[in-house]
Amino acid sequence: MHELSLCEDIIDQLTALTRRHGAKGVARVSVRIGALAGVEPMLLEQAFQSARIDTVAERAEFHTEWVKTRVSCLACGMDAETAPNDLRCPACGSHDTKLTRGEELTLASVELLVPEPEVDPVSLDCIPAPRGH
Amino acid sequence: MVAIEQNILAKNDGYAEQNRALLRERRIFALNLVSSPGSGKTTLLVRTIEALRSRCPVTVIEGDQQTANDAERIRATGVPALQINTGKGCHLDAHMVGAALREMKLPQQGFLFIENVGNLVCPAAFDLGEAHKVAILSVTEGEDKPLKYPDMFLAADVMLLNKCDLLPYVRFDVELAVANALRVNPTLAVFQVSAETGQGFDDWLAWLDSGLAALALTAASG
Repeated sequence: MHELSLCEDIIDQLTALTRRHGAKGVARVSVRIGALAGVEPMLLEQAFQSARIDTVAERAEFHTEWVKTRVSCLACGMDAETAPNDLRCPACGSHDTKLTRGEELTLASVELLVPEPEVDPVSLDCIPAPRGH
Repeated sequence: MVAIEQNILAKNDGYAEQNRALLRERRIFALNLVSSPGSGKTTLLVRTIEALRSRCPVTVIEGDQQTANDAERIRATGVPALQINTGKGCHLDAHMVGAALREMKLPQQGFLFIENVGNLVCPAAFDLGEAHKVAILSVTEGEDKPLKYPDMFLAADVMLLNKCDLLPYVRFDVELAVANALRVNPTLAVFQVSAETGQGFDDWLAWLDSGLAALALTAASG
């Protein structure tokens, strides 16, 4: 159950982002999970439901994007999707492959709740006075 | 919508890099031992330490949810061991290991073994600053374990197939197990060993020595 500690890291990053952008909170989070990142999307989502309480992400919608494993074959040059537990080249069967996708665990995008724009007293002063009279 | 593309494990990985820099500076070859509970990790570690300790300093960090039993077993060999209890936590992280490294008196050059919590899932995701993860699979488990837990066997650079002295008594196909491991991780180095009899230890110890020597060489040239 390391999903809960990952959610704490996600919340820390969301808190920093919210502060940096002067936002009120987070409306939506999207996390990209590789098939070999050691994370179960459903467990991560459940963990997020408890980790977000009393944080900037309290009302955030949680979204995950699953990334399948891909290898690039150094023997025949094939670039192809594979099963996460079989990284041999699906075309020529070579073991000489390089994993190109499937290990990522990324905070992909965030939608922030921006405060209602307040009327700036300085800019009010700049409005030209009505003409006439 | 703000596109972020930020690594979720960035904080852990930052601590791991600090640990790695400290270990490199000290010329310590650090290994993170991972396996299911009961694979014989601690017995294997004890035998490895007994073979190494006369040549080179060895330090151990033990991770378990509860008890200091494993650290006591290690200390009985005469090398320093620090126990980290993770409580309900299922893995060691780089921050815990960094704190342990600061607490211990680290030698100048030597081996550090970090025995992770017995768990084939969670420790795969956490870099602790080690040079390599070493996965231990024993012949009393199934040959298909690498296929069931590919994340861990991919994260490891070495697999020790332990309890090979039991092969005459159990139904376990070594060739199939190794083939399965190589399907998941084509560059995995595999050693067949027995922590009980010492079978296969020459190759494992030679691999450890070459890792330490290579580290001393890079440190000298860097």
